[in-house]
Amino acid sequence: MIEIKELKMSYGKSRALNGINLSLEKGQVVALMGPNGSGKSTLLKSILGLVIPQKGKIFVNETDIANNYLYRTNIGYMPQIANYPENLKVKELFNIIRDIRNGSKEKDEELLEKFRIFEIYDKYFGQLSGGYKQRVTASIAFLFDPDILILDEPTASLDPLSTEIMKSKIIDSKNENKLIIISSHIISEMEELADRIVYLLEGSIRLNMNIKDIKNGSGERLGKAIARVLQSN
Amino acid sequence: MNTKILKYILFELLRNKFIILYSLILMVMSFSIIYIGQDSSKAVITILNLILFIVPLICLIFGTIHFYNSKEFIQFLLTQPVNRKSIFRAEYLGLSISLSLGFLIGVGIPVMFYGFLLSGMYLVLTGIILTFIFTAIAFLSSVINKDKVKGIGLSIIIWLYLTIIFDGLVFLIIYFFNDYPIDKFIIILTSLNPIDLGRILMLLQVDISALMGFTGATFQKFFGSFIGMAISAVFMLLWIFLPLAVSLRMFKRTNF
Amino acid sequence: MIFKLHYIVFTFIIFIIPGPVLCKDIIVCPDCEIRSVKEAISQSANGDRIIIKKGIYTENNLSIDKEIEITGEDFPVIDLEFKYQGFIIKSNNVKISGLEIRNISVNYMTDLSAIKVENSENCVIENNVITDTFFALYLANSDGCLIKNNKISCRAMSESSSGNGIHLWKCNNITIEYNETTGHRDGIYFEFVKKTTITANYSHNNLRYGLHFMFSDSNVYRENTFRENGAGVAVMYTRNIEMTDNKFEDNWGPASYGLLLKDISRSLIKRNLFYKNTTGIYMEGCEQIQVEENEFKSNGWATRILGNCMNNKFTGNNFVSNTFDVSSNSSRSENIYSGNYWDKYDGYDLDRNGTGDVSYRPVSLYSMIVDKVPESIILLRSFIVELIDATEKAMPVLIPETLIDDNPKMKMIEYD
Ligand SMILES: Nc1ncnc2c1ncn2[C@@H]1O[C@H](COP(=O)(O)OP(=O)(O)O)[C@@H](O)[C@H]1O
Ligand SMILES: [Mg+2]
Repeated sequence: MIEIKELKMSYGKSRALNGINLSLEKGQVVALMGPNGSGKSTLLKSILGLVIPQKGKIFVNETDIANNYLYRTNIGYMPQIANYPENLKVKELFNIIRDIRNGSKEKDEELLEKFRIFEIYDKYFGQLSGGYKQRVTASIAFLFDPDILILDEPTASLDPLSTEIMKSKIIDSKNENKLIIISSHIISEMEELADRIVYLLEGSIRLNMNIKDIKNGSGERLGKAIARVLQSN
Repeated sequence: MNTKILKYILFELLRNKFIILYSLILMVMSFSIIYIGQDSSKAVITILNLILFIVPLICLIFGTIHFYNSKEFIQFLLTQPVNRKSIFRAEYLGLSISLSLGFLIGVGIPVMFYGFLLSGMYLVLTGIILTFIFTAIAFLSSVINKDKVKGIGLSIIIWLYLTIIFDGLVFLIIYFFNDYPIDKFIIILTSLNPIDLGRILMLLQVDISALMGFTGATFQKFFGSFIGMAISAVFMLLWIFLPLAVSLRMFKRTNF
Repeated sequence: MIFKLHYIVFTFIIFIIPGPVLCKDIIVCPDCEIRSVKEAISQSANGDRIIIKKGIYTENNLSIDKEIEITGEDFPVIDLEFKYQGFIIKSNNVKISGLEIRNISVNYMTDLSAIKVENSENCVIENNVITDTFFALYLANSDGCLIKNNKISCRAMSESSSGNGIHLWKCNNITIEYNETTGHRDGIYFEFVKKTTITANYSHNNLRYGLHFMFSDSNVYRENTFRENGAGVAVMYTRNIEMTDNKFEDNWGPASYGLLLKDISRSLIKRNLFYKNTTGIYMEGCEQIQVEENEFKSNGWATRILGNCMNNKFTGNNFVSNTFDVSSNSSRSENIYSGNYWDKYDGYDLDRNGTGDVSYRPVSLYSMIVDKVPESIILLRSFIVELIDATEKAMPVLIPETLIDDNPKMKMIEYD
């Protein structure tokens, strides 16, 4: 589904990605892990074309994403932080994306309902708390039933109840044979969701394995298992 | 498709308190200038001075701040299946149209209310063109600088330069080199400053009697015919499109 | 003895021939007995009236040496066919009216004219239409004539190859009123003309001056309009002029003036309107001119007063929407400005007597700079110029100290 080849990216002088090669197939939840500043967000943004890498190629469903934008129809994205213009109504934001997609109908309104977005439809974003904005963002990510979901630290600013809703939505999506990429630095959270761990350190992939293989039946907690594998590499 | 994005960006900006305030302040100032002055063309000139001063400043500063504030929203839009050009265009048009509307209401209504007709129309037109120019420059200044404070700083420097320093330099050049045939050079030089262009466009309306008093053939030709008007207009359009083209190029490569 | 007898017979004849026979009407028309004006003139005697009916008469060189009246009905056309000139009046008390005279070509040797009046008195030239002639009306050495309600137009191409509309040389006591002149070199031109009144004429779109005179003392100009003439109005080397209620409008160009005064003294310029001229009034070598209650509106320079002007007085004028109100090439001023309204004045009037409490300096530093360095006009109304003027206002060093209006009015002055 997603194929990344020799991806190099730096912001000015500071290097963020150091030659990434990665291939991700559908029907799994991939946890992109690593400490702060290791390049997780940068890698996810590259897939969306938000940052433009100096070197390397990215293919989404076999198409090169350079100078392309229509491939994003198939991707739902939830950024680490989202902000919207103060004087825009929630309803209007939904109108904008609907218009961008030429009026194509929403296919998946589950989160919209569970997060009770309809209740704040006529509110301005200036009146909403950060958590509410994040819930809006999450429901938009799933709204058009995309094949790929990219979630950058999705639970960081969500309340526990919403986090649970999100988790079950993620699992449902996996069962619908979608590819879900979640970045996080909280290992425990990923343990229950992820099938595969991709571990980034200073812009390089240090580990890319199925959780099963990492644990290797040892019964350790995931964190310990990762540390062990990293050390042995 | 991008007209639809534009529509919502416009909605949003027209609810912006600052733009409403801008419009109100312009209106209060214009009405009081017209009310105090006895003669309409004097009022037009005073309003012109106000416009040449305020419009570039507001467009530059508000434009720059708005661009930085919109970065996250632009980022959100970029995750949707649209290309960067459409978003850039919608953002630019949304901002310049809403600032122009604010200006049109603030200055246009008082001017039309008092029936200034032609010179009033030129006044409003000049203000609107300046709005488009300086919004474009504000975008350029924002795309060049990642850092918000630096961007606003650059905008203020550009404003100071074009409002005061540039004309001061032109003045010195004219004063010290007037023994040489510098007419053409001076005209080209002033065309490099959009504020000067707006000013000259208005001078052709209100001070044509004086402008016709010049013996220099170049000045005569420039002021005395349609040519001056046409050249000013073309240069002003260039002042919109050049900064826009450059900033679009940079915008396409910006990392969000 | 024989001579005396003749004389008696002559007086006898005069007395017994009845009046109507003496002052007869001679009718000229295309199919009358008399078909040409020339023939009619030759058959006429003093006191006769020649009535020309509608038609086109191609004639030339119509010399009048009798005291006759020539009048046209329904504007008969005297077409000079670019051959030579029209009427030449050489005797007194001649009246010409109701004719349309046209087509004289340029001539560099003689001042060919539609109607020329030479050495005669009390002529009347009235209600004629004169088109495309070199000179239209030309009066030389004449006295007491009335020139009224003529429409004079031409399509002059260049100054050197065109003549004047109404041209007077060495004349006295002429009345010129309600004429329109356009498209000539000068609309109205006087040289050595005295005690003449010029009222309600409209002189416009002439190549050079709408009105131009030299050495013509004691004339009165009232209620005339001079508009869009190449160089406006120019008057020179003259005393005792009275110019009131005239309009000087739309004279644009580097050497174009609403009113150019050169070596004029003891004159009155009152209640005139100067509107949209590059320069409203230009004064050079002028003395003792009263400039009162005029309105200067939307001019480039309302007044340009050179340093060699003295004892001129500007009072009760309105200066409105001019780019510059007063400019001078000198750092001294020996003229008086008092009680004018200046729209650029921003003083206050605490005692509310209608006069500003601080005096006003109508010359701006920038206007002096523009005088010296004309190119700097391109910075007009720029922030830097406002700054320069504000600084000079706060600490005057360069503006002539004496050029000051001590009683600037707070409101536009109303005239009645
Ligand atoms: N917009 C940016 N400009 C400059 N440097 C950036 C920018 N975004 C990220 N970086 C730098 O790139 C590196 C990777 O950052 P990021 O991808 O955000 O890491 P993570 O998401 O893993 O915390 C860090 O060193 C960070 O400082
Ligand atoms: Mg991150």
